[in-house]
Amino acid sequence: MTSTSPREDTRAGAPSSAEPVLRVRDLRAHVAGQQVVEHVDLDVAPVGVTALLGRNGVGKTSTIKAVLGLVGRSGTVELDGTDLVALPTHLVVRRGVGYVPEDREVFAGLTVTDNLRLAERRGSEHRYDLVYDLFPELKERGAQAAGTLSGGQQQMVSLARALLNENRVLLVDEPTKGLAPRLVQEVSRVLARAAQVAPILLVEQNLQVVRDLAEHAVVLTDGRSVHHGPAADLLADEELTQRLLGVHTDTGADSGADTGAGAGAGAAPRRAAHEEGPA
Amino acid sequence: MSTVVLLLFTGVGLGAIYFLVASGLSLIYGLMHVLNFAHGVFLSLGAFLGFEVASRLGATTWTGFAASLLVGALAGALFAALTERLLVQRLYERHIEQVLVTVGLGLAAVALFDGIWGTDPRFISGPAWMGRTTSVLGANVPNDRFVAILVAGLVLLGMVLFLRRTRYGMIIRAGVENRAMVTALGIDVRTAFTLVFTIGGIAAGLGGVLASHYFGYVSPLLGQTLLIFAFIVTVIGGLGSLTGAAIASVVVALLQQFANYYLWGTGDLAVVVLLAVVLLTRPSGLMGRRA
Amino acid sequence: MSTSTPASATAYRGGARAWVGRLAPPALVLLLACLPLLDLRLPGVLPGPTYTPGTLHLLALAMVMAALALSYHLLLGVAGLLSFGHALYFGLGAYLLGIVMSELELGLVPSVLVVLVAGVVISLLLGAVSLRVTGIPFAMVTLAFAQAGSVLVRRDPGRVTGGEEGLRLPTEQVPDALVGVADTRNLYWLALAALVLAFLLVSWVQGSRAGHVAAAVRENELRVRVLGMRPFLVKLAIFVAASVIAVGMGMVHLLLNSGAVPHIVSAELTISLLLMVVIGGVGSRWGAVAGAVLYVLLNQRLTVLAQATWVHDLPAPLRIPLSEPMFVLGTLFVLVVLFLPGGLAGTVARVRRWRGTAGPGGSTEGADRLEDVDDEQQVATAGGARR
Repeated sequence: MTSTSPREDTRAGAPSSAEPVLRVRDLRAHVAGQQVVEHVDLDVAPVGVTALLGRNGVGKTSTIKAVLGLVGRSGTVELDGTDLVALPTHLVVRRGVGYVPEDREVFAGLTVTDNLRLAERRGSEHRYDLVYDLFPELKERGAQAAGTLSGGQQQMVSLARALLNENRVLLVDEPTKGLAPRLVQEVSRVLARAAQVAPILLVEQNLQVVRDLAEHAVVLTDGRSVHHGPAADLLADEELTQRLLGVHTDTGADSGADTGAGAGAGAAPRRAAHEEGPA
Repeated sequence: MSTVVLLLFTGVGLGAIYFLVASGLSLIYGLMHVLNFAHGVFLSLGAFLGFEVASRLGATTWTGFAASLLVGALAGALFAALTERLLVQRLYERHIEQVLVTVGLGLAAVALFDGIWGTDPRFISGPAWMGRTTSVLGANVPNDRFVAILVAGLVLLGMVLFLRRTRYGMIIRAGVENRAMVTALGIDVRTAFTLVFTIGGIAAGLGGVLASHYFGYVSPLLGQTLLIFAFIVTVIGGLGSLTGAAIASVVVALLQQFANYYLWGTGDLAVVVLLAVVLLTRPSGLMGRRA
Repeated sequence: MSTSTPASATAYRGGARAWVGRLAPPALVLLLACLPLLDLRLPGVLPGPTYTPGTLHLLALAMVMAALALSYHLLLGVAGLLSFGHALYFGLGAYLLGIVMSELELGLVPSVLVVLVAGVVISLLLGAVSLRVTGIPFAMVTLAFAQAGSVLVRRDPGRVTGGEEGLRLPTEQVPDALVGVADTRNLYWLALAALVLAFLLVSWVQGSRAGHVAAAVRENELRVRVLGMRPFLVKLAIFVAASVIAVGMGMVHLLLNSGAVPHIVSAELTISLLLMVVIGGVGSRWGAVAGAVLYVLLNQRLTVLAQATWVHDLPAPLRIPLSEPMFVLGTLFVLVVLFLPGGLAGTVARVRRWRGTAGPGGSTEGADRLEDVDDEQQVATAGGARR
């Protein structure tokens, strides 16, 4: 928790790593009768930011929602070694899972203050100091209806709701989506600070933000996790980045020579084999 | 002129009763997406038990009337809370089945009331003052209208204060907007479900007692008859909107009264025409958010 | 030999079962057609021998309701539309036929044609308005329209419906063979023919392109839109088809009961259709028929029970529920919804699957298709997660 050396455990993103805070194995999820997550394995390291990457529509948001239980799911979702997969969403959250949803999802008809008050969880300290320190604007606009705020301000409310409580892990879904460059930097700064308090699983399209924040990366393709490894290595490898995150990827043709040592990998179909498992 | 004033008061009085039914329906639908067909029987039970208590304590005394309101509200609340906990919640998130369960409960309860109180209307008497009229701008307005308007106004005020000032009220408002996000903040939204049913039951129970005074009788079908108008009110007002329900209740009731008087008793048809017009021009209702 | 026998035996048995499945419906219709000529007794189920007018009338009523339930199945089971106003079209058929015959003094056949045309026009208009909304708002809107119809019939502004008293069949316009208690067997055959026709029509609509698209819309409206089809028009087509069948059944009902009463336009009638279809199993044609027959017979038996002297001698907590048929039916319905998802048809299908013999019979068709697919999936997943 207090460690400041992100490179200390470079393999934390890989399934074999010891003691991840959040350990997901063979996660499957359905939305409207369609399987949107086929087989996802991922670990969130106990410190720092783990990025969840992939092209549009590969199931990143669904994976986050499945971890929370907002969509039908099966598999294993362990927080600090306890399986949460059978719990309803509110109990998952109460175990210490903070959530910043993709489209901010503030309660438009409620004031900023009420949005924050609603987020107060019993049994947790409420860190208004931290929140108002990070977002002084929210204090000034406390009485304003959240629906009348700008997109950037709504994102602050959404982040503040998650940061208000003591969390074991934060799930942050595309926090910079649709924001101006100045605000992207602002959000990036806030997330860096938040990561000092609790580890983050971050879905992010802006690769600069990923470069700045993430130590580890997990890449999804077609609802499956296909790559685990240090974020820096992934982003340094242009061919790999292009193939996994670019316009066209074809992982199916590319047989998994390396099966990885993850718990779920043995039972997983060929395509799910880790490209960069721990050798 | 005096006719118009009388129609206005009678209309608003009827609107008050519609609101007491429609407010709960609208909140329940807004939060849970359940169309509660049993809402009318909450009302009828409130009316019958209120009637029983009043006739034991003295139907013409104010104590009897106050007790009937209290008992009606409690009966409605208890019946509604049990319905949610024992039937609706078992079918969590299966909206059509939840509706079907309330349909079945409505049928069974009306039949049971038939068996207990008989199918014929029971005529109601209240405190003498309520049977008299007060002259307003030359119109002799029956006093029970004022009572209905007052109680509905207090219920509206209470609901607004509850929704704005309390944590549970906040949860309900947030849940009407985005229920999934409420659970994602660690809140067990099912408690709020039971709560909206209970609140709806209180309002319906009060509405039952007042409706029995307004119409002068109580019968097993009283609730289900009012329920149909309450459905129309909720659609016109916008599903899930309390303000919409309040406005639409008064609009619908006034239209009904005036059309009945000036357009040869076509009040019920005028209401359905209004519904069709609203649907064609604003499918989400007057105050509805989503289309 | 010894290794191939089980497989070929299974194939043979499967083939035999397919034949039974195909022959059973015509055989059943033939048996039903012969009932008025037979002296069959089912004590406790039927009020008397099958040739007596009372029993024939009850069976004919059950068949008319079964046909009506089939048309409701088109709405709920095929198009996924929860209507609370279907009785409007049933009542329309009955009342309008009576009114056209008595006011315009037309014969039965031309009157029937006039009413069918009117049914198409009215259901097109009201359907187009109602289908501007979907889901629960659709339910409320159809309820409101039906309520307006019900009010019209009861108030009787044009002095043609007979108000609360109801409308009497203008017998002078109807062939003698269809009038009077002595000719109940003709009415029985008419009802049977109507049921068979309704079943064929419903099967045809369900199997048509519109039926398939409607089923696709029910499961995923967006996908159908993406494919460039107009869900609105498909739903409207199904709505009109279901309404016209209901209009037809209303006309048979008028002849069968020699009149029409306001109850047949009421929301309660639609709700009883809902009960029949749900008890039988949403999505299943045989389920709709079975649910309707069960409902009508049970209602009749419970009404008899309510008048039994031994019930009257019971203490109040037992007497009151038993003397109210709707209390028993309503409770039964709640229990089916809570504990028997898929109703009768779903239960039969489950039992067959459990015995590992998913037979070719009609009752295994899409049984528990009640809820949105995602809900079912979630339930399935939640169950799966437990394993």
